[in-house]
Amino acid sequence: MAMENMNDVQNIEVASEGKQYIVVKIGTEQYGIDIKYVDNIVRNQRITRVPKAQHYFKGVINLRGEIIPVMSLRLKFGLEPDEYTNATRIIIIKLEPQSAIGIIVDEVKEVVTLGEESIEKPSATDPTDTMIQYLSGVGKHGDGLISLLNISAVIVGKERELA
Amino acid sequence: MDVSQYLEIFIDETKEHLQSLSDQLMILEQEPENMDTINEIFRAAHSLKGMAGTMGYKRMQRLTHDMENVFQEIRSGNMTVKPELVDVLFRGLDALEKYLASILETSDEGTEDNEEIINTLNAIANGETGAKQQDEPAAAQIQNAVEEVSAASEGAKYTGITITDYEKNTFEKAKSQNQNIFGITVYLQETCILKAARAFLVFKALEELGEVIKAVPDVQDIEDEKFELDFSLVYFTKESIEKVKAAIENVSEVKEAVVGPFEASEKIQEMEKKQEAEAAKSEDKSETPKPAATQQTAAKVAEKLSDAKPAAKKAAKPAVGRTVRVDIEKLDVLMNLVSELIIAKNGLVSISSNDSETKNEAGFNEQIEYLESVTTNLHESVMKVRMVPIESVVNRFPRMIRDLSKKLGKKMELHMTGEETELDRTVIDEIGDPLQHLLRNSADHGLESNEERIALGKPEVGNIYLDAYQDGNNVNIEVRDDGAGINVDKVRNKAIEKGTITPEQAENMTDKEIIDLLFRPSFSTAEQITDVSGRGVGLDVVKTKIEGLGGNIECKSVIGEGSSFIIRLPLTLAIIQALMVELGTEKYAIPLGNIQTIEDVLVSDIKHVQTKEVINLRGSVIPLIRLDQILDIEPSNPDAENLTVVIVNKGDKLAGLVVDNLIGQQEIVIKSIGNYINCSKMIGGATILGDGEIALILEVNTLV
Repeated sequence: MAMENMNDVQNIEVASEGKQYIVVKIGTEQYGIDIKYVDNIVRNQRITRVPKAQHYFKGVINLRGEIIPVMSLRLKFGLEPDEYTNATRIIIIKLEPQSAIGIIVDEVKEVVTLGEESIEKPSATDPTDTMIQYLSGVGKHGDGLISLLNISAVIVGKERELA
Repeated sequence: MDVSQYLEIFIDETKEHLQSLSDQLMILEQEPENMDTINEIFRAAHSLKGMAGTMGYKRMQRLTHDMENVFQEIRSGNMTVKPELVDVLFRGLDALEKYLASILETSDEGTEDNEEIINTLNAIANGETGAKQQDEPAAAQIQNAVEEVSAASEGAKYTGITITDYEKNTFEKAKSQNQNIFGITVYLQETCILKAARAFLVFKALEELGEVIKAVPDVQDIEDEKFELDFSLVYFTKESIEKVKAAIENVSEVKEAVVGPFEASEKIQEMEKKQEAEAAKSEDKSETPKPAATQQTAAKVAEKLSDAKPAAKKAAKPAVGRTVRVDIEKLDVLMNLVSELIIAKNGLVSISSNDSETKNEAGFNEQIEYLESVTTNLHESVMKVRMVPIESVVNRFPRMIRDLSKKLGKKMELHMTGEETELDRTVIDEIGDPLQHLLRNSADHGLESNEERIALGKPEVGNIYLDAYQDGNNVNIEVRDDGAGINVDKVRNKAIEKGTITPEQAENMTDKEIIDLLFRPSFSTAEQITDVSGRGVGLDVVKTKIEGLGGNIECKSVIGEGSSFIIRLPLTLAIIQALMVELGTEKYAIPLGNIQTIEDVLVSDIKHVQTKEVINLRGSVIPLIRLDQILDIEPSNPDAENLTVVIVNKGDKLAGLVVDNLIGQQEIVIKSIGNYINCSKMIGGATILGDGEIALILEVNTLV
């Protein structure tokens, strides 16, 4: 009995040390981005097109004198092209200190903390769903589900092809 | 101890020491008696050893230690500098450079032991100073090796401790007094900070119960914290194993103590045999460069070692970023300018808060002017910070020429001037290979053999010159030799034979134009080296590289007097003059260095050659490039009768870029657009315009 209590206490501790994620909306779904990769979140701004780039790259922006490439997650995920609204944001991601990249999202909702126990590994129910390559897990938060993005796979990985 | 924060300093300083070692060795080879040089080398080797030791790079430390030993012998007059010694030392330097390269990549020195070099060094040191001393380092080596092997296999490192004759006597004495002989290995906790202090407490605890006979590393090193997390002891006591173990583990921050009976006798015999064999060998031929027995054992040990510890995994990215060392004065200037900037800003603030309208206008303009002068100075100063003397690239060349001279069997000398000339860091990083290429060319093919030179009445020793100097906004680097020069007729014939030019063309070409053919890719295959008086090895590669840096290269040659290659490089890459053009609604920058002229062309003047559009401009046929098509831009005015064409060149090749509008000339700062976007190399970067808008920079070299 005493042992079980101990375990409970430990579980709670692990939960409170869970990772923080920024929850964003793309289309109808919620995605989570590990906060340690997020450098900055900026409002949508003028994007300069870069010719002959991969089509999911919208171009480059000038962020305080730094040139940063901007990618459309919608296009990468094979969704409808972006519609820019007041809520549209560009999230600046830094995987490595010297190279930042921006990703366009429809809306930034909140920051949540998810412990190990509320994250499930992604299960491929449909083998043709290529979305799975971009996910590191699915987090439960309140009533909603948050697809947690494997951010390096999203940035470096291939474009999703719709079956 | 966590030393990662010192890694950058270590790498910088190691580079400096290695360079100074290399320089001094070159001098030493010329003047074997030069005591200053010997002292200098000794000092550099010594600091290197200390630094490597502190950082925990054992192999590097060992190699430098042995090199230092050799110089100790030379310094004390026990031996003289011989050419073979210098060769071995140079090989040692190369090995050290390899360690450094590995550290730079992975922050680990790698697993190469370089036993061969160490053995040769020791053999030389011992061969000179008499066979008597030889068994000592050899034994030490075996000892080291045995220790390392046992360390890799199990925790009881003390089994690797070797015993000298003197100590053997004490063993016997101890036995006769019914004392137990224990081997002890003490492991400290990884978090332990005051290792020496803990070790001291361990010693103190042990001394209460018995006597410590021997320690590895030795007591002095332990006191100086020159050990990792463990040390081993040989210990005499009347107490039991358990009691000794308890006594040690009583000391805080001790992780574990391994205690066991120490089997001395077998070991002693074994070692003795080896030492005798060693001694016999070295007495036989005291000058042998490699004590074979040692080498064999060492090789075996090395094998075992590599089995025991698989090679460290290679990390994907270098452990250390690229750095520039900056003169403190340059930083002071920067600091001053920044404070001026703040003053200028404050001036503007006070004007805007000031109410009197009339004064405002004049004061405002004044402040803007002030601001302008500050930013211009700031720009200049920052550029200066990026500048690095070319020395850091060229100082490896004397060594290279020395090696080439030996390899080719030609006597030659390298004369360098202007090593202090400064270039942008990015250029410096790239310029090394092309220069090396040119120097090799000069040494290998430019200079005649010594016999030929004597026959021609030239001085026997060939000369190669490397001169760097600033020329306006450019830096020129000249690689010159006083060799045979380029035989223009041979090149001409070869070019005709190869089909590069027709005989008619050849008739009309000047010598200079013929020599320029050498930079064509078709002249760079290996089999032609011997045919074309030995010129043209990969010169096209050199040319491409230099042009990639925004520079150019030309060649002058006089038969019988030598040839010279002149490289012209821009002072800096980060800021260039560019022509801003408009295409549809987008703005692009074309580097001014690539632009020949700007022409207005009537659409009706465009001709078609093999479905490609060309124009005839003052006799030369120039292909047109419709930028809007290439860059996927909606043509703004498809029915225009007049086209604005920017004529650009890549080397001798011309092309006309069709643009919608010219905006004007502007100084732009080149910024990278990162590696994620893949834009088929047509975009060389981007720049930020005055209004914060981004303009992409067209890479003319890939467009043409």
